Amino acid sequence: MTISLKPNNSSPEKLQPTGWLKYLSFSLDHKVIGLQYLVCGFLFYLIGGSLAGAIRVELISPLSDFMPREVYNQVLTLHGTIMIFLWIVPVVNGAFGNYLIPFYVGARDMAFPRLNAVAFWLIPPSGLMLITSYFINGAAQSGWTAYPPLSITTPAAGQIIWILSVLLLGGSSIFGGINFIATILKLRRPDLKLMQLPMYCWAMLGTSILVVLSTPVLAGTLILLSFDIVAHTGFFNPSLGGNVIVYQHLFWFYSHPAVYIMVLPAFGLVSEILPIHSRKPLFGYTTMVFSIMGIVVLGLIVWAHHMFTSGTPPWMRLFFTIATAFIAVPTGIKFFNWVATLWGGKISLNAAMLFSCGFIINFVLGGITGVALAQVPFDVHVHDTYFVVAHFHYIVYGGSVFVIFSSIYHWFPKFTGKMLNENLGRFHFIITFIGFNLCFAPQHWLGLNGMPRRVAEYDPQFQLINQISSVGALLMALSTLPFLWNILQSILYGEEAGDNPWNALTPEWLTSSPPPVENWDGEAPLVLEPYGYGKKDSNETQEAIR
Amino acid sequence: MTSLVPKEQSSESKNDLSTEEHEDFRLFGLIAFLIADGMTFAGFFAAYLTFKAVNPIGPDAIYELELPLPTLNTILLLVSSFTFHRAGKFLEKNESKQCQKWLLITGVLGVAFLISQMFEYFTLPFGLTDNLFASTFYALTGFHGLHVTLGSLMIMIIWWQTRVPSGRVNNQNKFPFEAVELYWHFVDGIWVILFIILYLL
Repeated sequence: MTISLKPNNSSPEKLQPTGWLKYLSFSLDHKVIGLQYLVCGFLFYLIGGSLAGAIRVELISPLSDFMPREVYNQVLTLHGTIMIFLWIVPVVNGAFGNYLIPFYVGARDMAFPRLNAVAFWLIPPSGLMLITSYFINGAAQSGWTAYPPLSITTPAAGQIIWILSVLLLGGSSIFGGINFIATILKLRRPDLKLMQLPMYCWAMLGTSILVVLSTPVLAGTLILLSFDIVAHTGFFNPSLGGNVIVYQHLFWFYSHPAVYIMVLPAFGLVSEILPIHSRKPLFGYTTMVFSIMGIVVLGLIVWAHHMFTSGTPPWMRLFFTIATAFIAVPTGIKFFNWVATLWGGKISLNAAMLFSCGFIINFVLGGITGVALAQVPFDVHVHDTYFVVAHFHYIVYGGSVFVIFSSIYHWFPKFTGKMLNENLGRFHFIITFIGFNLCFAPQHWLGLNGMPRRVAEYDPQFQLINQISSVGALLMALSTLPFLWNILQSILYGEEAGDNPWNALTPEWLTSSPPPVENWDGEAPLVLEPYGYGKKDSNETQEAIR
Repeated sequence: MTSLVPKEQSSESKNDLSTEEHEDFRLFGLIAFLIADGMTFAGFFAAYLTFKAVNPIGPDAIYELELPLPTLNTILLLVSSFTFHRAGKFLEKNESKQCQKWLLITGVLGVAFLISQMFEYFTLPFGLTDNLFASTFYALTGFHGLHVTLGSLMIMIIWWQTRVPSGRVNNQNKFPFEAVELYWHFVDGIWVILFIILYLL
């Protein structure tokens, strides 16, 4: 039996709004959905960033004078939840995945267009629900980890809304993951082999496997937690005979892979961007594929390294330390592959390339502290201090968010048909890079000297370093302005990009900018060598593209 | 049931650029979803087994679960899987009367399972919040019962849709039938694991 890609497409589809209104509609077009994810995610990024700003303002002085402690707890919970579940996960997966994967597999849409639209439209309501909980009865106060017994003893209303919101977002994530797996494995054109796909497809395949395997466990755990809060059962409540450690195990079984859900797609995006702007093939394609899959497998068996101070038995500490240290191997392979891709290339230092290079630098720093944190004696010393905060932000901001900006600079011409201003982009990069490192590098020092995280007040000896960190945060906030100005200018008055401004070989550039509804007006091009830059025969291909 | 697009059909659809024909892989998507669903159960089972291993409850609070009723439930579900498969055989042969008969039997078995489960709940000597074991017992069986409830509803819908001549499910359009059948076998398999872990171990 066959089904059409978009069932009942002929008549109802024509009733769909055109122009910018289509971005507010239940569109089934993967490109529209991708941009919906991107813009929606960026709006939440602005909200989450403002909350981060509020945290840094509070931490300028040792006392909690900017906001009450309860509000501080709510702000940091909302900041973490919004940034992870509403910005990075939807954007690196949903936005770029939806936009690019159908191109890369030679399809005209995702495998399940309706499921795709449903997955996106779960996000805005749950995000709004999460934020409005602050104004109703106070938002959740137990951090994005929602560890019991804290999450059971803090006010219930905000915590329950938090749980519902995360459940919806988890559902959205699972639907998206199923869609990506089906699209990559099943919708791929038959003459395209898996090992000929652009690296981002592999990254999304690995990520989606992690999503499908680990997110449901978090969902189940949060359902049990909500029983504890609403029905007063005792799963995770020690006073009723429950076990908080079980919550931590189940939570981190999702939330450690969640780090890879945030960073593996970023790896894939960087692997697309670097070859194009250095005019060289991606170095070590096969090792890259195996290291992605290695990270997927290892990523599922390292969760307890978050719990070294939770009374884990020695054998468990040993196992999870070794497994975690092993992750440095595939990650290191990827790092060296990127550097080797750049090596001797004809590098154009545009904004996309700068942000990708910034990613490589930041990610190595975050990776090194990650290996350090996997060692039990060190981890016990810095557990729950600002060292962990610094490490985590080096991975998710210095890693994923830098890649998101890099990808926006890289694909904006395709999204809109307009070029971005490269000088403004470089300026944006410099401020972001300095601001980011100024904000988070000093926090390593704070953590090593024992400043605990998630507390509104601190010992006065840490004040100077905290103020330096807050200056960095201010720079990061300001860096958004040239970016937004650049976007606005380009959409209104930007110079025309043409179909393929970067002379790229990957399939999304072999169509008009922005692409037509069904991606290609004629036959879809078959790209067997997506990274064939600088080779003799591929020069002809490039000529043909021009 | 999945097959490649016949040549003529795909060239025909090229006139209308807004549609593209491809294989039907909704079942593939459903399998991925069931793996995800299975992971939820896996999380619950892991939690239960850990509770059991590290959170011993007092000797006075240990309940011996009665075996006859859950054994009956296991048989009910296993038989219902078989009858569903039987209905599928008749759908294949386009004998919708027989197919509907076996579907109805399957649905009745599902409902019988739920009634029997409910009966077990009412006769148990513990409630939801009594202790950790009680809570986990109800969470596990309740979450599974929710799946059986949804499955029974879907079987009823399929039963209604296979009627001739106006039903939408027949051997030309089998996906709804196959999806529910796959889901039902999955729920069945989960029950067997649940029965072993919760009642026998």
